[in-house]
Amino acid sequence: MTVEVRLPNILRPMAAGEPIVSAEGTSLREVFDDLVRQYPALRSSLLTPDGEMHRHLNVFVNDDDVRYLGKLDAKVGDADTVTLMPAVAGG
Amino acid sequence: MAHYDSVLDTIGNTPLVEISELSPNPRVRVLIKLEGVNPGGSVKDRAAKCMIEEAEKNGSLAPGQRILESSSGNTAAGLAMIARVKGYPFTAVVPENVSVERTKLLRAFGAEIISSPAAEGSNGAMRRAQALAKEHPDWFFSFQYGNPANPKAHYEGTGPEIWRDCPEVTHFVTGLGTAGTIIGVGSFLKERNPSVSIWAVQPPAGETVEGLKSLEEGFIPPVFTDNDGYELVDRSRVVGPRESIEWSRRLTEVGIFAGISTGAAMAGVAKCAKEIDEGTIVTVSPDGGWKYLSTDVWTGDLDVVAERARHELYF
Repeated sequence: MTVEVRLPNILRPMAAGEPIVSAEGTSLREVFDDLVRQYPALRSSLLTPDGEMHRHLNVFVNDDDVRYLGKLDAKVGDADTVTLMPAVAGG
Repeated sequence: MAHYDSVLDTIGNTPLVEISELSPNPRVRVLIKLEGVNPGGSVKDRAAKCMIEEAEKNGSLAPGQRILESSSGNTAAGLAMIARVKGYPFTAVVPENVSVERTKLLRAFGAEIISSPAAEGSNGAMRRAQALAKEHPDWFFSFQYGNPANPKAHYEGTGPEIWRDCPEVTHFVTGLGTAGTIIGVGSFLKERNPSVSIWAVQPPAGETVEGLKSLEEGFIPPVFTDNDGYELVDRSRVVGPRESIEWSRRLTEVGIFAGISTGAAMAGVAKCAKEIDEGTIVTVSPDGGWKYLSTDVWTGDLDVVAERARHELYF
């Protein structure tokens, strides 16, 4: 499965400046592993040293927040879009 | 309801209106709570009043003491209005990319405004307010993102009102800003009926946080994490500016003139309604449309307005 991954401004320098990259995987964990293989500098922004999701990174499969879909176990399918966003507050 | 002793007594007890004609699923009812009727113009009057009254009770706010808050507009408007009535001076740190009506409204209520850079969004305003609070320990910093009185206003007000007016609610869908509404209402509803599903709606963060230098500068409100928000919330969907504006326009079909955050909430409601078989969705309209007229949300070319909204704070 190939998915499109959209990166926020602050992560683009770690992915050769690209705003959108491709990655392979059937779960978010596999997609992240593939991203880190292609762009090792992304690792500390995607995952904690323990391999958990970064606290200040929000990840959406299409428009759905993966924290409520099994986090790294969230399923991704062909033609899905994974969007990474910094966690910020409104108000 | 002959008369009220003070305008502050008119905060809350807002109308819950059925708008099922806008539901994309005929087996799903939709009701919306119109918070724009609050005297300061938004749902944030509730949190503002509760934060001030709690501080008065516990002694952290004394007569004449200056109140400080960071806000994209609505919390500041509520605080400015209440501070004016109660005689407190008030300083608001407001990101410079909010609509002009919001800063004019604050000035109308006599607030002092400090602008923070647009590219730093609400987080930048908050950091500036935190620095000011350190410089001026004699001020009362209400800190809506971490003040327990913020969700309390919804646990004791908004939540019970929804339960009283619509006990058949199956889904509660609301915007995620400080998390006060979702924590307060969500906790109350789940205590009454654990099967109520709580959905958060978020605007895309990317375009309004260009000034962020690292993920570590990001921020999750303590109101959310201190109250087990990740456990409480069942789903969280992101909605774009375009669909939010489209829904703001559609709401006028049922006579509701509301701000862009209401359009965003309705875009979330539509996603929820399409996904479930049947049910009753309750959502919150945080404010009316008045403060956004200058942004041409209802009358401008959709592409142009949507593009502009990418750079505007609407929660």
